[in-house]
Amino acid sequence: MKRAHKYDVIVVGAGGAGLMAARYASQNPNVSVAVITKLYPTRSHTGAAQGGVGAALGNVSEDHPEWHAFDTVKGGDYLTDQDVAEVFAREVVEAVYELEHMGLPFSRTPDGRIAQRKFGGHTREFGKSAVERACYAADRTGHMILQTLYQQSIKNKVTFFNEFHVLDLVMVDGACRGVVAYELATGELHTFHSKAVILATGGSGRMFGVTSNAHALTGDLMSIVWRHGLPIEDPEFFQFHPTGLYRIGVLLTEGARGEGGILRNANGERFMERYAPTIKDLAPRDMVSRAMYLEIREGRGAGPDKDYILLDLTHIDGDIIEERLPDITEFARIYLGVDPIKEPVPVQPTAHYAMGGVPTTLETNVISDGQNTIVPGLYAAGEVACVSLHGANRLGTNSLGDLIVFGRRAGMEAARYAQEVQFDYLPPDNQEPTREMLERTRGGSGKERVSHIRKDLQATMMDNASVFRTEETLTTQLRVLEELKERYKDVLVEDQGQQYNTELMEAVELGFLIDNAEMLVNAALNRTESRGAHSREDYKERDDENWLKHTMIYREGNGVRIDYKPVTLGKYEPKPRVY
Amino acid sequence: MQVTVKIKRFNPEVDKRPHWEEYKLEARPTDRVLDVLHEIKWEQDGTLAFRRSCAHGICGSDAMMINGVNRLACKLLVKDLGDHIVIEPIRGLPVLKDMIVDMDPFFESYEEVLPYFINDDPPPAQERLQSPEDRALFDATTKCILCAACTTSCPIFWTNGRYIGPAAIVNAHRFIFDSRDQGAGQRLEVMNRMNGVWRCRTAYNCTEACPRDIPITQAIEQVKREIARTAV
Ligand SMILES: Cc1cc2nc3c(=O)[nH]c(=O)nc-3n(C[C@H](O)[C@H](O)[C@H](O)COP(=O)(O)OP(=O)(O)OC[C@H]3O[C@@H](n4cnc5c(N)ncnc54)[C@H](O)[C@@H]3O)c2cc1C
Ligand code: FES
Repeated sequence: MKRAHKYDVIVVGAGGAGLMAARYASQNPNVSVAVITKLYPTRSHTGAAQGGVGAALGNVSEDHPEWHAFDTVKGGDYLTDQDVAEVFAREVVEAVYELEHMGLPFSRTPDGRIAQRKFGGHTREFGKSAVERACYAADRTGHMILQTLYQQSIKNKVTFFNEFHVLDLVMVDGACRGVVAYELATGELHTFHSKAVILATGGSGRMFGVTSNAHALTGDLMSIVWRHGLPIEDPEFFQFHPTGLYRIGVLLTEGARGEGGILRNANGERFMERYAPTIKDLAPRDMVSRAMYLEIREGRGAGPDKDYILLDLTHIDGDIIEERLPDITEFARIYLGVDPIKEPVPVQPTAHYAMGGVPTTLETNVISDGQNTIVPGLYAAGEVACVSLHGANRLGTNSLGDLIVFGRRAGMEAARYAQEVQFDYLPPDNQEPTREMLERTRGGSGKERVSHIRKDLQATMMDNASVFRTEETLTTQLRVLEELKERYKDVLVEDQGQQYNTELMEAVELGFLIDNAEMLVNAALNRTESRGAHSREDYKERDDENWLKHTMIYREGNGVRIDYKPVTLGKYEPKPRVY
Repeated sequence: MQVTVKIKRFNPEVDKRPHWEEYKLEARPTDRVLDVLHEIKWEQDGTLAFRRSCAHGICGSDAMMINGVNRLACKLLVKDLGDHIVIEPIRGLPVLKDMIVDMDPFFESYEEVLPYFINDDPPPAQERLQSPEDRALFDATTKCILCAACTTSCPIFWTNGRYIGPAAIVNAHRFIFDSRDQGAGQRLEVMNRMNGVWRCRTAYNCTEACPRDIPITQAIEQVKREIARTAV
């Protein structure tokens, strides 16, 4: 295969965001498009999404995009940019209809419309009570989105480079001119010259020990962008989903509580009544996860070690559970040997979603500072990006919406830009940094196994930088990260072969994860307030006077530099967040 | 508990043909086979190659033959196998390295059935309507994760690699029985070809192998009946 390629638009990643971007970019017949992905497209983690995609269709009860926008802003603890929330809540309605028109098999209401159910933090009339807004296909909504978009890519003959691992961006004079990728099958490096690159590489949950995220979610492109001196926005906001299967973190959708599921402590008490009297178990995720931690800490955890909470579905009709939540029922049966129809399921908060990421404008252009200076030729959408929709805490169902709304925008914008500009000069030595990085990784002294460093990273991130944080735990974690970076220099790669060297790629991914942890911990230490998913026990209150602003964190030398970007406010005045 | 794991290894850069290697390790009964493979790769032999991502049976990366049956390594627990585990790549597709097989022929068959929604009428402003009953007709076949466990467990496919295979038929079924779709005629024609649905001899291996519990043989029979009914 030739190793130099040229496409007007390169999409990195083939999850929901990447496939949507590719679809829109390639609608323009004058624009050539290729998708590069380290996994086969249908292996992307969008396929794991269960509960639904939120859109104010009003199929089950009255709903309006304004209510959705408000919930998003409030759920984000007012760190959400309000212009983004408004555009999103409007466009997601047509985007969901569009998915249906592509054939997506949504579950249906008795009158044949797209079925909708309740989800955490989604309310009618600005907080009065929970509303059915999550459009779902049983509990495999993400699977159906991924399959449908992939099917459309086949129909539209999209070009894919599968199992190509992007390891670098080609940046010249502050503009992006392409990417360098490692072909897993051969171990060869390829350069893709382009006018525009769209990043759609998903999240970074694997820096934590208990996570709902796939092994492949190692924050590669967040790290690569950062290494090029570009900022990452709001990395301290990392969502812990309340209901991961005990110990293994596999997710049980919030849709389970949307269908009536209840969280109970060891005494059988429905403790969420104390924390969120109005919407109880359907409070936003950050609040529920904290409540669970507190219950456990105060000795009311269930089980022999009093370290989990119970998700109780036993009062719900077994047929409804089998019909609407078949997958998660199976997960509980297989992995814990517990039948949710008969007994409550042991759960614990699980690292789930990066609210922060590569900062972009509403048009999905990547920016290089707090003044919205655009990086020419670089776009981002989906979980890797931070368009500031989710603020300090994402509402359930708003990520799938984010993928389709901003994936679409990215595809259109990148194609438009690619038509306006010419291919620019590509330096011939563009692969050198990657080659050196691989040599360094492969040729280290080999004292430290990848898995040992990674396990220590994951365990310490859980202990020191997860649901609750203090100056002390975060400072400790910074020290730990310094040690891990030292150990990483001696990483062992036994496999010296060229073909399918998955060990080498795991080692490289570990390097990316360490960067992601470094951004998160530094930003978390810097932010001396509690907001959304960032909860500082030494600064318990939200502090709008000093902290109603986005973090922009840069790599500088061996350390970091932190700057800020204002939050775009609008009609919704920041208020205390009660539910 | 102590488990002994025998793995069929093949590294194209050094081996002429596959060979067996044996590993001993401590595992918990509730460990997934995928955890066991990771333990071997991470602690004993970094060169072991296999695909995986989600680790809970959703992405379809890690179909392999485990104790003689096609399974997802991430959806099978040690306690269901005992202390002797034998792992081989799925059969009928070229082995590239250890458990990694060439999936291209599999995806080519999949693409032959026009696995995408076909409806040329201009869409309404909102959704196309579909009753819950109509939606239920193809519910099972929407679950497919394209892991290839079914197709590579099929004895017909082993002897005739050009047989389109159960996974492709499942995906044809998903659209043929969707009341909103208009491409059934074209798909049934593909199904009716020489290497199409009639090759199936209802061995049931596919149904047993499916990690998503899709009643595949039943879906294949429904497609056969639909061909007969519409007499293409
Ligand atoms: C278990 C689970 C359930 C969820 N349920 C919901 C839900 O019900 N509703 C909701 O709104 N959200 C949900 N979410 C969140 C949502 O699913 C994800 O945020 C979203 O799917 C991410 O999509 P994406 O397109 O950004 O990335 P992904 O789907 O993760 O895709 C990433 C892509 O990038 C590629 N890639 C990554 N790195 C590289 C690289 N270096 N080189 C080349 N390619 C690369 C991968 O191969 C992959 O194709 C859930 C998440 C999880 C984990
Ligand atoms: S790793 Fe995804 S199906 Fe097993």
